[in-house]
Amino acid sequence: MTPRQKRRMAGVALVVLAVSTASALALSAFRENLMYFYGPSQIAQGEAPGERIIRLGGLVEEGSIQHNDTDLTVQFSITDTAHSIPVEYVGLLPDLFREGQGVVTHGRLGSDGIFRAERVLARHDENYMAPEVAAALKAAGYEEHPGEKAY
Amino acid sequence: MIAEIGQLALILALLMAAVQGIIPLIGAHRGTPAWMATAHTAVGGQFLFLAIAYIALTYAFITHDFSVAYVANHSNSELPLMYRISGVWGGHEGSLLLWALMLCGWSLAVSWLSKGLPTDMAARTVAVMGLVSVGILSFTLFTSNPFETLFPVPADGRDLNPLLQDPGLVIHPPMLYMGYVGLAVPFAIAIAALIGGRLDAAWARWTRPWATVAWAFLGAGIALGSWWAYYTLGWGGWWFWDPVENASLMPWLAATALIHSLIVTEKRGAFRTWTVLLAIMAFCLSLLGTFLVRSGVLVSVHAFATDPARGVYILALLLVVTGVSFALYAWRAPNVHSHAEFKPVSREGGLLANNVIWMVALAAVLLGTLYPLLLDALNMGKISVGPPYFNAVFAPLMLPMIFLVGLGPLLRWKSASAREISLRFWHTLLAALAVGVVFPLAMMGSTSLMITLGVGLAVWIILASGRDLYSRLRQRGTPLTTLRKLPASYWGMTTSHVGFAILVIGITLLMAFEQERDVRMGLGQSHELGGYTYELRDVYNVAGPNWDALEAHVHVTRNGEPVTDLYPQRRVYRVQTQPMAQASYQSRFTRDIFVALGEPMSGNTWSLRLYHNPFQMWLWIGATLIVLGGFVAATDRRYRVFSRRRATEPASQRIDNAGGIADQDAAPRPAQRSPSA
Repeated sequence: MTPRQKRRMAGVALVVLAVSTASALALSAFRENLMYFYGPSQIAQGEAPGERIIRLGGLVEEGSIQHNDTDLTVQFSITDTAHSIPVEYVGLLPDLFREGQGVVTHGRLGSDGIFRAERVLARHDENYMAPEVAAALKAAGYEEHPGEKAY
Repeated sequence: MIAEIGQLALILALLMAAVQGIIPLIGAHRGTPAWMATAHTAVGGQFLFLAIAYIALTYAFITHDFSVAYVANHSNSELPLMYRISGVWGGHEGSLLLWALMLCGWSLAVSWLSKGLPTDMAARTVAVMGLVSVGILSFTLFTSNPFETLFPVPADGRDLNPLLQDPGLVIHPPMLYMGYVGLAVPFAIAIAALIGGRLDAAWARWTRPWATVAWAFLGAGIALGSWWAYYTLGWGGWWFWDPVENASLMPWLAATALIHSLIVTEKRGAFRTWTVLLAIMAFCLSLLGTFLVRSGVLVSVHAFATDPARGVYILALLLVVTGVSFALYAWRAPNVHSHAEFKPVSREGGLLANNVIWMVALAAVLLGTLYPLLLDALNMGKISVGPPYFNAVFAPLMLPMIFLVGLGPLLRWKSASAREISLRFWHTLLAALAVGVVFPLAMMGSTSLMITLGVGLAVWIILASGRDLYSRLRQRGTPLTTLRKLPASYWGMTTSHVGFAILVIGITLLMAFEQERDVRMGLGQSHELGGYTYELRDVYNVAGPNWDALEAHVHVTRNGEPVTDLYPQRRVYRVQTQPMAQASYQSRFTRDIFVALGEPMSGNTWSLRLYHNPFQMWLWIGATLIVLGGFVAATDRRYRVFSRRRATEPASQRIDNAGGIADQDAAPRPAQRSPSA
């Protein structure tokens, strides 16, 4: 190889090394931060892992919201009409959080069976239902009522 | 009646676009001037009809014509005039119409400003844009017609989504679309150049101002969207790595790489095939982005699309545009050779590193955004990728990038001496890093390695830019005359780079020191956050034109001194009965304080969310400067004095009027320092 080719090879090797390091970093960060979605029935059947952050979605069960009297702790249940999972959350609930509405939460499942949510998401549009929630409801045999329009 | 006029105009516009897309291509192939000239008349016709259609829809909104389904779904008789005008782009169908109108506006601008281009090149460029118009307009007409009518006519409309009733949203989508659509210009020029086999320095020079302006609009759109999310959504955050945000970030990343790679192609004739590829990629990503944002792919790959035909059409359009352009690229690009030689340490080398880093960043965002969609489409589980992933990838990628932004402009073309640069600039770098230690300590009371590196390297950009400017001023004549002689592209570059530095400082300090707390307060109670005390003084009802709200009066003090009074609201819009928090905040140079009102709780208490965001304003200042720099750079005289004679000259003989000599085939010679890049 001529010196020029050598230098060029060294340059290419450097770029390849940099890109592969970046890719390795990206892929490991990617693997660690994937959040899987589970419906209430899947959790009730013990499919969800205990320690990982997961997403749980469904409808907020009617009559299940209980605010603590002194702080911002709130308990409610997320249901797909077949099973329901108790959820605990500390903080402000989103504007569109209501009983009977679709909701997605991020959090971890405790060994006591209570899901401790770190984030609660309800969508911008009250007629919108997250696709995951819709699919989980459908899997549990729930039929959408005609007034609820999907976007 | 108005709907029929709009509908007819839309059909005529589609026909015009078809003429604009087909006849000039045949003409350019055969060398028939008359056929090539149709490009310029057809684009005028298309614009006229699209303008009529757009005005028709706006008129329907203003006059509350609820017989038009789109108006009935996105307006209401109580909706204020401003939001009736902006309501035109408040939904899917109208957005597409605006998109088409802007695309046609860009085409018209290209047609008018293409006097300097060879006739066939200009005809092909406008024709390619016409073909894109055909795709968008047929999509609009066949699957998302804004002029569909309703019978019986409803008594009142369903109102505009309350989130969209905001001044920020009046300007955010048009800016974003200007950027998305603007990227069609470099794309069309690249395709035209591939067809005509003319990928020379003149091609790159002609593409540069268009790419830069589109990039600046896209940046403005993204920044406005971020600002809007910050103050409207009441979450206090400014970037959520949401697929919709990523959809706009990806074309911006590609366009950033493009405008830098174009410099090398214009000045040195290198990276030509790569630059073409970037131009194609940037537009394909903005097509992808448009549809992800506007209830396209993102929703339609789920079983939840209102109309499955839409999703299929969009995917088909994307595949056709991407497939055809990449096939053309694979066919024509191998014939293009770049002979320019350069050493790894050189301006070219720096810009190459810039491109590599932006591409890795783009790939990371693409992976995080599309992988969940792909898995879901294949029924392999529902996953989502959280912000920690993006943050983990972006922080280490951006550090070398920030360093390079400062270093790049100091390097000479072809070959620079690493020794000389380090001898001249090591104390600048050291001083910058020292500021990186001292500044966070002085402002926030603590620092860490990442904070110091983030702030320090950003300060390095500012100091290096300043020194570069200073040495240019000293080099020739009196500072004042030199100041005016420096080309606009140099000022633009420096403005954007300094803006980037300010943005980086803002993001670093904000992410390290932001504080957020959810609290429950009764009247007269107070809470402390970040040195400020928030006292809930009162809660009462207020009413707006189409909403009712609960409003809180929060009195903010610091060390007993009054700072400000904030009035966050919790609005309920009457028609859509949708509650929405309207946060209240005060911005100062080094901090924002921000309060959002939550729900009323038992015992006459309310939930509130308090934020203390240090250096939030630096994000907006930085973003503004980045965008401003783009517009300034595009006004460079070199792009305007471009004449037909020069365009047809072989690039190897062309003398760069900004001082450098842009010959790509010459033997190695002492590197020249070009003042503009």
